Amino acid sequence: MSRPGYVLEVDRSTPPVLFHHGEGFSLERLPVGSRVVYPPEPVKALPDPDAAIRRALLEPLGMDPLPAYLRPGMRLTIAFDDISLPLPPMKSPDNRQRVIEAVLDLAAAAGVDDVELIAATALHRRMTDAELKHAVGQRVFDAFAPHGLLYNHDAEDPDGMALIGHTEEGERVEINRRAATSDLLVYVNINLVAMDGGHKSVATGLAGYPSLKHHHNVRTMQHSRSFMDQHKSALHSSNWRMGRLLAREGPPIFQIETTLNNDTFPKPFDFLQRREWEWSARDRAAYLAAAAGLERIPRKAARQIFQRILSPHAMASVQAGEVEAVHAVTTENVYRSQLVPVEGQTDVLTMGLPYICPYNVNSIMNPILVMCLGLGYFFNLYRGKPLVRRGGVVILHHPTPWEFHPVHHPSYLDFFEQVLTETTDPTEIEAKFEESFATDPWYIHLYRKSYAYHGVHPFYMWYWGAHALDHLGGVIVVGGDPKAVRRMGFKPASTLRDALEMAEDVVGRDPSITHMHAPPLLMADVT
Amino acid sequence: MKALRFSRSLPRFAAARVAGAVQPGGGARVGPLALVEAAEPVEPGPAWQRVRPILAGICGSDLATVAGKSSRYFEPIVSFPFVPGHEIVGTTEDGARVVVEPVLGCAARDITPPCPACAGGSTGRCEHLAVGHLKPGLQTGYCADTGGGWSTAMVAHASQLHAVPEALSDEAAVMVEPAACAVHAALRARVPGGGLVAVLGAGTLGLCTVAALRRFTLPGTVIAGAKHVDQQRAARRLGADVAVEPGEVRRAVRRAARCLTVGERLSGGADVVLDCVGNAASIHEALAITKPGGRVVLVGMPGPERLDLAPLWQREIDLVGAYAYGTEELPDGRRLRTFDLAFELAAAADLGGLVSARYPLERYREAIEHAAAAGSRGAVKIVFEPSAQKEKRR
Repeated sequence: MSRPGYVLEVDRSTPPVLFHHGEGFSLERLPVGSRVVYPPEPVKALPDPDAAIRRALLEPLGMDPLPAYLRPGMRLTIAFDDISLPLPPMKSPDNRQRVIEAVLDLAAAAGVDDVELIAATALHRRMTDAELKHAVGQRVFDAFAPHGLLYNHDAEDPDGMALIGHTEEGERVEINRRAATSDLLVYVNINLVAMDGGHKSVATGLAGYPSLKHHHNVRTMQHSRSFMDQHKSALHSSNWRMGRLLAREGPPIFQIETTLNNDTFPKPFDFLQRREWEWSARDRAAYLAAAAGLERIPRKAARQIFQRILSPHAMASVQAGEVEAVHAVTTENVYRSQLVPVEGQTDVLTMGLPYICPYNVNSIMNPILVMCLGLGYFFNLYRGKPLVRRGGVVILHHPTPWEFHPVHHPSYLDFFEQVLTETTDPTEIEAKFEESFATDPWYIHLYRKSYAYHGVHPFYMWYWGAHALDHLGGVIVVGGDPKAVRRMGFKPASTLRDALEMAEDVVGRDPSITHMHAPPLLMADVT
Repeated sequence: MKALRFSRSLPRFAAARVAGAVQPGGGARVGPLALVEAAEPVEPGPAWQRVRPILAGICGSDLATVAGKSSRYFEPIVSFPFVPGHEIVGTTEDGARVVVEPVLGCAARDITPPCPACAGGSTGRCEHLAVGHLKPGLQTGYCADTGGGWSTAMVAHASQLHAVPEALSDEAAVMVEPAACAVHAALRARVPGGGLVAVLGAGTLGLCTVAALRRFTLPGTVIAGAKHVDQQRAARRLGADVAVEPGEVRRAVRRAARCLTVGERLSGGADVVLDCVGNAASIHEALAITKPGGRVVLVGMPGPERLDLAPLWQREIDLVGAYAYGTEELPDGRRLRTFDLAFELAAAADLGGLVSARYPLERYREAIEHAAAAGSRGAVKIVFEPSAQKEKRR
């Protein structure tokens, strides 16, 4: 059995603690008495993932075995999670490849010949051919892509969406027409965090703006405590209402969910997932070599190095069948892999943010994504109550460059330049600017024909942090571009020591300090 | 009297160009501008009056002159040595406060009959700037006979003088001349009702243009390109809906026009762009963001520039100049003197608040350096205060 997560109390003998810092990292000495929350070590991987997948397909939860739904002449659609999962991208074979190949084998055996594969991108950017090939494997790609049978979802295709109906709360449920008109929709998921999967897979992944705006909004985010905790997540509730409508009125859905262990970084970066006092001489040498090397090369070169990382993630579980039955098991498996009990909240929470988040794979982590990763994802990685107390301070450690990928994030740049200069208040931003960005024909064109995130996407990133913005007394960014940091309404600091002093202005002297030692990912179970 | 005098000296012109390139306003230290003790100018005729400047602004064209960057186009219509300063509020011998309308047109030159432009009220387009009983000079501040605002005394023709209402402060009054330029530019823009307008540059002229657009035309959205945060704030205060850094203007216009980007230009764009900078880069930008059939107004004074005019040709964009003032026709059909409208604007938009610093003539080098770097130093309009000079002398 792997070792569970751990909360270390810093004393005089504690070595410096690793902080991720974008395309780099640093070792920081935390004040005596600080806490460091370490993630659990990687759970045991499935010894034979292909056999486990076959078993899941043939012995599903809450549904008949998959072959019972397969027959000649039927329309079969396989939708799968997009480039935002997993992080970092995993080494081949990707979970999606393994699962899709198994499903296709069964479909072929049943004589199904009308099969299409759709990357469930929602309003994310389209995946490139290389990215699709990596996700589904060379064999599947070659068999389907040249014939136009493997493609990205297009939420702005006027003929490509189908209305399923409205929930009891009036939420419009509209999904990809091919999926909606299929005799069977198989969804292939990789569940990295507790928010992923379940009804969210189809209700969000194959939807468009008219549906997403019902839950991707400020109110939902501020009423999710947290959106990683299904029982307290308004985001989850909305997706579940939509999913249940889909179950009644939509196509039959056969959900296949996989989880990963926490084995995140390959050599020579595997020291990043070890506890510092257990570093070997080789780990220390690797750290020193990497830190020194990264300091000497341009950021662009460092970015290329990091974006080439393929994670050694291994499949830890696979379950298939009815959406809710499947997701209940998946969620338990995610918790098993990430949950760390933590007693009590903290005044100051520190986070070292890595180079990657769900929306900058093969891209640039722009300032809005820094905010989203820190105040959206990491802040919300809690169950019970936030790791930091109301009115507390979050200290983010990231270079936060004023840099935007011109192809992937055109609306982000406009958001940063034109919206945040006027206000950083999510509610005001939503009321005043969202609609115009969401319906801007240029962003729609770039989303459909280029590789751009949808015009409304930066708004969702900002809303993702709405709960944190409402909860916190201040946000400080260590080592960030001061101008970019201030543009977002945060305070820049040169060093962690400076940041801690600045935090005392907000939370008082001698604050309690907790460092979230992630990634690898962890979820704090705060009591 | 004390005056800052600009003399013809080719070596000093060259030195000013070099110094100005090294440091903004550096031309004042080595160029042809000097503080002198000189005889007061003589009234050229009975309709002339002596004016003692209270405040006199430093304008972008003054800075170009001091830095030796002005176009040689102006050579035949200036006369040396001259005392710069054409943004002037002063007092006449009888103690009345006046603003000087500096154009030296047919009336000031005692030319009858006046040229068609002056006869029609468009004094800025006067055809007689180099003839008549005055030496050449397109404006007070560029004519050897009249003196200029950067001195303790000058002369002005009765047709140039506008009484200052008692309620208007000296600061607001000294802004009337640049405001008049802005009013003229705003009306030259022929903004369609509800149209999208972009203003490039947010120095004095750019900010006044934003204010004038809001007061005298009916634009839908006004986007201001402003380099500095204080300028962006001022632009918003004066009526810009969006104020962004220059590099962000194209994206802001695209968003407002909801058009596409095609290469380096927009598929559509603004109905009108007012270029208050006046260099090749700003004109290039203006052409890239103006919609086909739209209008670009050159408000800032340009010099010799190298430009690709293919977009102007292919998109059938009207490129027009906006210099000085005269008589304006408002959208409602009324015809009024530009200066009358400028007085109204200066009061209504509190343009006096744009005056950031006053300098005595002796500190002219500092003043010009301050003006040349005004934006980056959080300032807008820098003025001389010759009247304080006078007090000191007393």
